[in-house]
Amino acid sequence: MKYTFDFGALLGQGYPALIWGGLMTTLEMTLFAWLLAFVLGSVLAVLRMLNIRALNYVIAVYVAFHRNVPMLVHILLWYFGVGAIMPLFIEDVVNQIGGEFVYSTIAIGLVTAAYVSEDLRSAIRSIPRGQMEASRSLGLSYLQSMRKVILPQAFKISIPPLTNQTLLLFKNTSLAMAIGLIELTGAGREIESATFKTFEIYTVVTVLYLAISLLLMFVGAYLSKRVAYVTKTR
Amino acid sequence: MWEILSDNWLLLLVGQWPHGPVGGLVATVGLAIVSLLLAFPLGIMLALGRISAHKIFFWPATAVVYVVRGLPLIMFIFWVYFFLPLLIGNSVSGVVTMVAALALYEGAYLAEIIRSGIEALPRGQMEAGRSLGLSHMRTMRKIILPQALYNTIPSMLSQFISTVKETSLGYVISVHELTFAAAQINNMLLTKPFQVFALLALTYFTLNLILTGVVKLVEKHMGSGQAVTAA
Repeated sequence: MKYTFDFGALLGQGYPALIWGGLMTTLEMTLFAWLLAFVLGSVLAVLRMLNIRALNYVIAVYVAFHRNVPMLVHILLWYFGVGAIMPLFIEDVVNQIGGEFVYSTIAIGLVTAAYVSEDLRSAIRSIPRGQMEASRSLGLSYLQSMRKVILPQAFKISIPPLTNQTLLLFKNTSLAMAIGLIELTGAGREIESATFKTFEIYTVVTVLYLAISLLLMFVGAYLSKRVAYVTKTR
Repeated sequence: MWEILSDNWLLLLVGQWPHGPVGGLVATVGLAIVSLLLAFPLGIMLALGRISAHKIFFWPATAVVYVVRGLPLIMFIFWVYFFLPLLIGNSVSGVVTMVAALALYEGAYLAEIIRSGIEALPRGQMEAGRSLGLSHMRTMRKIILPQALYNTIPSMLSQFISTVKETSLGYVISVHELTFAAAQINNMLLTKPFQVFALLALTYFTLNLILTGVVKLVEKHMGSGQAVTAA
């Protein structure tokens, strides 16, 4: 193995700014896709609890489609496919923000929503029926009971699986580099092909990913511990 | 969409073969099978490390599992792409890179599955084995692992489905698999991107729906069988 290490090469040519920009893009994507995934995932999980046959069927197909097709394929489908059949005025808006960013964020958010809805559904099902019956008999409507009684408890139970989904979502934003988005991985590749300092730049990117991933794992573990404590002492 | 399928089904199924390397759906499934088979022994070793009382086994195994969990697969593929040639001294093909990266990556995930399988077994199994005069390693090999591995068959099959999906990343390093074939078709047609990629999505969907069905069948069959759990 012959290789000369030179981390200093990464400091010139505006490379630190490129990495910083990539990191910010990754974090922005994570945030927007996370919001989409958790809002849509919660809505789907609640809708499924209504037990309307046709609706259940539609949601089941949505979940199966998003779980069985690779995320990269969803990104390609949105970017190349849906992007091509969008009306012009929407395309203009999308292009102003950046097509790669918008379509990959939508794709990642929609796929993760399917997983989140399944995690929440199993958490909601694990809450005793008496909780819903009690809040209904106290005069709350179905949606009120869901929002004030059932969902808060379901979210607590599902903290560990939802932490895992958040972590996977964060890692999966790297797939957007396949359609040319300069997020963290994409920025790393750009600098690699410009400097050939492969080891150095991959190390920097890897450390950044690992640091954020470990932080997410830590926050998840802290939250579930804290919530368990609060529930117990009450 | 039917027209695209009837014109290009061979490319989607086997790629350029027999005039070139095998590609398409066959390559996708093949990549997944080979990498998961290679990941299996690695997964067992990592799982044993993760439950080991010896720090020299526990810490490296735990570090590997956490690094894999914390790093995107695509970065992993790039690392292998860079490191493997340095290690073995000559250049490697995209297929080898993909298999090596997937085997390592899936090995860490299998390790966690196998570990939970081992930990779900009643403690009495190990104690009984030891009191019959078997060593720790022999008890592990002859009593614990056979039961733990049997009980985790459904989870490992689900991991196979994830692996099938992850082979799509081969597209990024130009491995001739299903996604790559679809991108080729898209580049030939140019005018029908939505239809081509919808077709690709439906192909994965059908394949994985069948595989999910198989997993459910196995689960059902095992439910009536001899699964051992902590009681």
